[in-house]
Amino acid sequence: MRREAHSKLMKQINEGNFVFTGELEPVKTTKLDEVIEGARILKDHVVAINITDNPTAFGYMNALVPSYMIQREAGVEAVYQMTTRDRNRLGLISDVLAAGALGIKNILALTGDHTTVGDTPQAKPVFDLDSATFVYMLRKMMDEGVDLNNNQIEDPPKFSIGIAAAPNADPLEPELLKIKRKVDLGIDFIQTQCVYSAEQAQNFLEAASFLKTPILIGIAPFKSISMMDWMIKFVPGIKVPKEIEEILRKAKKIGGKQAVYEANVEIFGEMLKEIRKTTTAAGIHTMAIGFEWIVPKIIERAGL
Amino acid sequence: MIIVKRKPLEEILEMTKDFKKLLILGCDGCASIIQVGGERQARILKLLLEMGQKIKGNGKLKAQAISILRQCDRQIATSSLDPIIAEYDAVVSLSCGVGVQTIADLYKGKLIIPAINTHFLGMHDTKAEKFYEMCLACGDCLLFETGGVCPLTRCAKSLLNGPCGGQASGKCEVGGWQNDCAWVLIYNRLKARNQLDLFGKFRMPRDYRVSGHPRELGGEKENEEGKT
Ligand code: SF4
Ligand code: SF4
Repeated sequence: MRREAHSKLMKQINEGNFVFTGELEPVKTTKLDEVIEGARILKDHVVAINITDNPTAFGYMNALVPSYMIQREAGVEAVYQMTTRDRNRLGLISDVLAAGALGIKNILALTGDHTTVGDTPQAKPVFDLDSATFVYMLRKMMDEGVDLNNNQIEDPPKFSIGIAAAPNADPLEPELLKIKRKVDLGIDFIQTQCVYSAEQAQNFLEAASFLKTPILIGIAPFKSISMMDWMIKFVPGIKVPKEIEEILRKAKKIGGKQAVYEANVEIFGEMLKEIRKTTTAAGIHTMAIGFEWIVPKIIERAGL
Repeated sequence: MIIVKRKPLEEILEMTKDFKKLLILGCDGCASIIQVGGERQARILKLLLEMGQKIKGNGKLKAQAISILRQCDRQIATSSLDPIIAEYDAVVSLSCGVGVQTIADLYKGKLIIPAINTHFLGMHDTKAEKFYEMCLACGDCLLFETGGVCPLTRCAKSLLNGPCGGQASGKCEVGGWQNDCAWVLIYNRLKARNQLDLFGKFRMPRDYRVSGHPRELGGEKENEEGKT
């Protein structure tokens, strides 16, 4: 059974369009200019944009406000990311209701990185719910119009619900079984963490095909060589093929920053083309924080 | 077992500096088994305190070291301490926080000084000489479903429906991928037993009232049955 699509993103997916989503990160600031500017850059190339919620447990601006503002100011749909790390179920209910009031159409339900990996490691982690129990609560709120304790909600909200997946998880089976729990609860789409080859995407999509859920494959071009080095060193589960590493390093040596950008367009453009051609991905989730302008170039290079 | 560790000597010296007659009270329960708070450790602490206060010029301290079977048992504690406690200005307890509070509750006029930090309910790994936290005493045990591995305690996020995206090669993002991911342990155990259906089961949001502080159990009835 296909659920009703409550967002443009889900409508496009259901219509069989190959979709693109983007990602923006409100940071430690009271200014919204950059996020709105990023949304304007991405607007004509993606159907919706994720707004991150204190990513890697850094204390940033609340994601709901920029989610609302990019819809209002830039006219592009938001995927409001919500982690269960910083709020208990009361806090989550409040924000979900507020998101409904502000016309948010998509929620990405996440557990969230642990507080100890962030910029305020002394903080008390919450995790009252996890991403699965959060999805359960969202469905109850939307489908039954009640909260976890069956208290009535006036004008229940409507969202399309997404979750994240780790395509390179090792072992993969517990990851898949975990996703299955949430699929059974009722989610609409999945966005994956980044892959660095069409093959990685293909392998995951095949393993996850039993879930029968639209999957957007995550890609994250490298803003710089130092960012790549950092990712390789500190983010286990990220598998950057040697040849990509070498091409980018070489580009940096020969042509500096600009050449790295161009190499990114080449590498990720090709990868996208391949993913589109050879896999069952429902679309691509692009993460190019701070250099969103590269996303249209990559999509163009892929001929999509 | 309750896993405890002795406080730094400096801290204990500071807390005891105003007293001249101290009872250094060891506990033969958990604290003794892991060789932190038994009779031997009480005797060592006595010597250290006497020496320390002398070096610090705090005058002559007269301490006596003993240990009792269990400080958390009111009956055991009263039968051992009633005859002698009046002789001391204060008691330095080498038991967990439960023992310290039991003694403090029994002798409300006496200052009971904790010489121990209470860490967790855990297991001793004799090979690596390490202790591992195993149980949060949540009040609603689900070990049956999780292959005998407690996700509330051993998953850094206490997830009921893990693993999270932070596991890599079976290790947890918390602590830099050194510790085992509890949910991969659970997966391996259940898989080996052909019980992956239990792994795939969705677990509902917990009722945190069950583990809300402060907790009490039983009532008059249980007391009548002899559990004072
Ligand atoms: S589920 Fe975990 S915390 Fe709760 S009683 Fe069992 S072992 Fe202890
Ligand atoms: S990596 Fe495993 S143990 Fe660590 S927080 Fe995630 S699920 Fe829990």
